[in-house]
Amino acid sequence: MSDKAPRIAVTVADVVAVTPFIKRFRFEPLDPGPLPTFSGGAHVVVEMQDGDLVRRNAYSLMSPPSETSHYTISVRRDESGRGGSRFLHDHVRPGMTLHITHPVNLFPIDHRAKKHLLIAGGIGITPFLAMAEQLAHNHTPFELHYAFRSRDHAAYADDLETRFGTRVHLYHGDRGEAPPLDRLLPQQPLGTHLYVCGPAAMIDWVLGSARAAGWPDHNLHHERFIAPAIGTPYEVRLARAAVTVRVGSHQSMLEAIEAAGVDAPSMCRGGACGQCETTVLSCEGTLLHADHFLTDTEKASNTRVMPCVSRFEGQRLVLDL
Amino acid sequence: MLQPSIKSRPVYGTLTPRAGSEHLIVADAAGADAILDMAAIAPLGFFDKAHILYVPIEHSNRERGDRLRALDAAMFYEGPSLAAALPRLAQALANARMGTRLYLAGTEGLIGQAMKMALDAGIDHSSIETEHRGSTARRVQCVHCKGITENVTTQPAVCAHCGLTLFVRDHYSRRIAAFQGVCIDAEEPGIVPPTEEAFP
Repeated sequence: MSDKAPRIAVTVADVVAVTPFIKRFRFEPLDPGPLPTFSGGAHVVVEMQDGDLVRRNAYSLMSPPSETSHYTISVRRDESGRGGSRFLHDHVRPGMTLHITHPVNLFPIDHRAKKHLLIAGGIGITPFLAMAEQLAHNHTPFELHYAFRSRDHAAYADDLETRFGTRVHLYHGDRGEAPPLDRLLPQQPLGTHLYVCGPAAMIDWVLGSARAAGWPDHNLHHERFIAPAIGTPYEVRLARAAVTVRVGSHQSMLEAIEAAGVDAPSMCRGGACGQCETTVLSCEGTLLHADHFLTDTEKASNTRVMPCVSRFEGQRLVLDL
Repeated sequence: MLQPSIKSRPVYGTLTPRAGSEHLIVADAAGADAILDMAAIAPLGFFDKAHILYVPIEHSNRERGDRLRALDAAMFYEGPSLAAALPRLAQALANARMGTRLYLAGTEGLIGQAMKMALDAGIDHSSIETEHRGSTARRVQCVHCKGITENVTTQPAVCAHCGLTLFVRDHYSRRIAAFQGVCIDAEEPGIVPPTEEAFP
């Protein structure tokens, strides 16, 4: 990575399997002194040297924002992914050194709200752990509604109940439970803001239900990270760098560009924040857009692409990099 | 339609019916026309969930009030002044839940004061439907004595509280629901430009 994005060297202080599929990692600073402060909803990008491949994945910070002695993240193993989560699960041990970016918050608490309604699905619970700590610390009213497949999959359910009591509502999918949006949404006081993080279908359901119930868009917040898809390998020409980059099947365009030593801006690495938006100079084929940032018109124009999550099929793709 | 001249000056739109569990509507006589225009495109059942607060001020034209009443809103209040209606609006907001949408139509003074109350209740200004109708008279706060002068139509204008002659700026405060007025002859007392009708 370039000097534009300073990295923090951290020691892996602890690795705990909290469910059969989720491990929690605790990072402490390698150098003396505190880690940078952050606010609930923030993420860091974890850099991993996997053989000759550098992997970079974004993970929400879960630790209380008021504690700067360490960060914690949770990683769900994704067997069908590109390998970052598998690397963390299989190869990262206590005592190892990793590099992370400074925290960035693309899913912040809106402090003007009079109350905060947090709705989590599965691993989407992770940003809400830090948010709940921050809200509780500030004595700000909030409710956390956490839906999961079964208790075995419910990372942190017990901790949440212990820590936040009746503000936490749990829904066991295996018992047919789900957040009762039809009752929940209409009863919130004016000035409530809603935050949802989870699978795409859940986000769509929650946001759609809220809009239909008359909630203004300004009061609705979501975090919708998607991992880049795997796909057919292809080549990209970087015009300004005058190099041709090969994108492997388990690699994102952004990762291939970075591996070639070309500096490309990025932040969330999940198609949401817009930082890596790149101009397409020539496209002979089909851009496979997978982001949530570009409008449908922009995607159809073949003049813009988000390399962190989108792919390409065809003869020739030239980017302004 | 009023044109924004500086960033702080509000931009008004055309009332649009929104999905909502309740619709709080505040209008003066001129704003009533905006409500009636919205009624023409509102979905069936919209006014079954509506609470209309109507403050015509002028007592000459009863037709608008009759036409508003004919919308058969769930609640309809007609009062003599905005000041008389605001406590009722405050009560409605205090009882309201998420899903309530607010619609304000009329002069900037009406829109601003109702919006200020809504902001205090936790509603963001960007989610409030507004439409300016009627007079462009301004509600002006004197930066010197902080007093509010209502229905200012001239440039400059005299502060109703401290008597200073004020230049009425386009600078607007949502928090105070007023435009800013500054002493126009601070540097050369008594040298005052001729009064002009600026906000009819």
